[in-house]
Amino acid sequence: MSRIKEFNLPDLGEGLTEGEILAWLVKVGDTIELNQPIVEVETAKAAVEIPAKWAGQVHRIFHPEGTTVEVGSPIIAIDTDPGAGPLDAPSTTSTPGGDLPTPSAASLAAVEVAPAEGMVEPGLIGGPAPGGRTAVLVGYGPRTTAAKRRPRKGAVPEQAAPTTTPVAPAPVAPAPVAQAPVAPAPVANGRGAATSGGLVLAKPPVRKLAKDLGVDLGTLTGSGPLGSITREDVQQAANGSVAAAEPVAATSVATSAASFGADREQRIPVKGVRKLTAENMSRSAFTAPHVTEFLTVDVTRAMKALDRLRGRREWRDVRVSPLLLVAKAVLLAVKRHPMVNSTWAGDEIVVKEYVNLGIAAATERGLIVPNVKDAGRLSLRELADALNDLVQTAKSGRTSPADMSGGTLTITNVGVFGVDTGTPILPPGESAILAFGAVREMPWVHKGKVKPRQVTTLGLSFDHRIIDGELGSKFLRDIGDFLADPEAALLAWT
Amino acid sequence: MAKGDPGGTTRGRRAAPRSRKSATGNPELVQLLTPEGERIDSVTGPDGIEYRVDFTDEEYRGLYRDLVLVRKLDAEATALQRQGELGIWASLLGQEAAQVGSGRALRTQDMAFPTYREHGVLYCRGIDPIMPLGLFRGVDQGGWDPNEFKFNMYTIVIGAQTLHATGYAMGINMDGKTGTDDGEAVIAYFGDGATSQGDVNEAFVWAGVFNAPMVFFCQNNQYAISEPLERQTRIPLYQRAAGFGFPGIRVDGNDVLATYAVTRTALDNARHGQGPSLIEAYTYRMGAHTTSDDPTRYRIASEVEAWQAKDPISRVKAFLEKQQIADAAFFAEVDEQARRESVHLRERVLAMPNPEPVTMFDHVYPNGSPLLDEQRAQFSKYMESFEGSAH
Repeated sequence: MSRIKEFNLPDLGEGLTEGEILAWLVKVGDTIELNQPIVEVETAKAAVEIPAKWAGQVHRIFHPEGTTVEVGSPIIAIDTDPGAGPLDAPSTTSTPGGDLPTPSAASLAAVEVAPAEGMVEPGLIGGPAPGGRTAVLVGYGPRTTAAKRRPRKGAVPEQAAPTTTPVAPAPVAPAPVAQAPVAPAPVANGRGAATSGGLVLAKPPVRKLAKDLGVDLGTLTGSGPLGSITREDVQQAANGSVAAAEPVAATSVATSAASFGADREQRIPVKGVRKLTAENMSRSAFTAPHVTEFLTVDVTRAMKALDRLRGRREWRDVRVSPLLLVAKAVLLAVKRHPMVNSTWAGDEIVVKEYVNLGIAAATERGLIVPNVKDAGRLSLRELADALNDLVQTAKSGRTSPADMSGGTLTITNVGVFGVDTGTPILPPGESAILAFGAVREMPWVHKGKVKPRQVTTLGLSFDHRIIDGELGSKFLRDIGDFLADPEAALLAWT
Repeated sequence: MAKGDPGGTTRGRRAAPRSRKSATGNPELVQLLTPEGERIDSVTGPDGIEYRVDFTDEEYRGLYRDLVLVRKLDAEATALQRQGELGIWASLLGQEAAQVGSGRALRTQDMAFPTYREHGVLYCRGIDPIMPLGLFRGVDQGGWDPNEFKFNMYTIVIGAQTLHATGYAMGINMDGKTGTDDGEAVIAYFGDGATSQGDVNEAFVWAGVFNAPMVFFCQNNQYAISEPLERQTRIPLYQRAAGFGFPGIRVDGNDVLATYAVTRTALDNARHGQGPSLIEAYTYRMGAHTTSDDPTRYRIASEVEAWQAKDPISRVKAFLEKQQIADAAFFAEVDEQARRESVHLRERVLAMPNPEPVTMFDHVYPNGSPLLDEQRAQFSKYMESFEGSAH
């Protein structure tokens, strides 16, 4: 019985193929107990802590944090009897990406892979599917690798497979991951993807992706089985058209990069919030035709109104910021122009009677846009509380996906960074987003004289498929009017 | 506490003044032990019934031991799943009192129909805790004898067992086994999500109409996987019973004493021929729905923290300490027993043999069948055609 045992990443949730190492909770040399949490792993379903299967000393950690590991491959080796004296070559480094250092003969002899005692046979479930994972909610999911079969007695060994080998790949069922073109050539049966006007083969999620990215499936040649169009085909087509649009920029970047060494470049893996943000932004920027308009407003009266509000006893404990008034202005203006609170759904426009007001927030994890649900129904005080809650929750990193989904209209408060305005990109599914700039004291013509006044700039981007210049301008104008004289606007509109 | 019939008694008689106020100040929730470990002598429920328990010190300690063991074994199963030794596990964390309280209220002759999460009730019925692990490891079908232990097989289909239970209970009536102090009763477990199932509502109808000796025991743990309670119902769940013509009551499901008292009363009413009732044990699933689920995606940390303060075990511990019913040595001994039993459980899980493929023909018919025998023979021959086969 060897003392070093390797722990393989198990299938943590019914049919998963891989997991990302989020954080190691132990390091090489640590003494650990049975069931002590050793590592945090995030799968397609959940982020979970894995408890140690054996007590002992951490002998080796196979993958650094941030690595995506296939189910069934080793992630940690544990010395189950560290008191029995030193090993010949204790490995103290953690090596990235399965590039294992060659162990000495002695330590090699001491290493024994934990037998597959469990019911979860790594070869059966898992194996990377196209796109990295096979999303299943229930059950053990599709089998994506070939089953390993014992050879039949007296069978003629194919491809000179030695008969003594207990395990040989089944010759009839090649793993789908193998890129060898075993499938019949595309178009051979007339059902090829490229035949224009004919049947285009693509799975529903791929069709959805193509629709989202604005890619015409009929123009693609599929690389999947039977010539079907894969996710990669669509993404390639989408990237191609984007890249083609910016050849000059790409060249100049390449040139400047070439004149400096790679040691002065930092490579940051794109994942998590950054990845999501990037996907959302490019999707929105290249599907919704954006128009941005600007309006500079004298908000002195609004600032004074805020001061008076702060002075009131019942508002004593509430944090009141200019954002509150901007939010109120937006909500009132939406009531006057409901069309701006809508979604482009291809062949129809969905106009919403409720406003889930998104607030773009910069957090440690990156940009997130939680929203205040049904904000139009809230009183000013409730709105203030909801905004404060939302900001606090975002800052503490506890914003739930539910808080971030279903937004209908968004405010981005770029003023907190001290800039005047911007041309914000619409969150997917929304038709308008307002940038609220810094409030500055500026020379302004007030009642015929140049006076120092509190002035801000509003930038409104909207989806020109739904909102014409006239509607967008009226909407922005109303927001400006409210901020210029909130009391009068309230009296006039509500 | 021994399997079967613990000595605690309940009184299910009607209290003279029909007060709607209980000592907890919450007339809608029967509670005999507060989260701080304060003992409430008796409570009159909104149904006018006075609920109380009179346990000996030994029985109090027994309940505590049950709770701790059940939680520890459950945690071990969760760890085994994370280590790749179980395919999936549905943890009962947070629901120990609802299960131990109701499980201990069952008498030997009473029949229970569980969901897939009733590991605590299973334990109270005297079934070896290893049994469900074979099911979740995929090496057997569960393996206990429902007739021997009066505990049906785990039912994965949501709510289906309430119909099985109602049919069983109607059978008891037909056998004339109700109407006495030693009559039989049936308890069916289900969750808040299951109350939206047709099966459960059908079971309510049949049990009500046929006056079946049934206790519908709903552990309202607030979530049907990710769907919160407010998407299941507009009224408190226990009030649903009124529409089907039988009584319903809500009990603090994190209070093992109140759960015991309420369940005992409902079972006794059923065995005496007074028909079905619905108990809503108000509790909280502290962990994930199953090991495949990530609850942080649909509920916030502050909610979980609020329920942490209502933990079913810490309140019993506080009570035992305050009343000097148990000392530090007792608590240490229980912890040690829990540790020992969980290690034992782990060893036995790891040693579970993988079943031979041919065993799938076993246990299909009690006395076999010629057709199956033929299939078994063919299959054995096929398996023998492989190299390295033991046959």
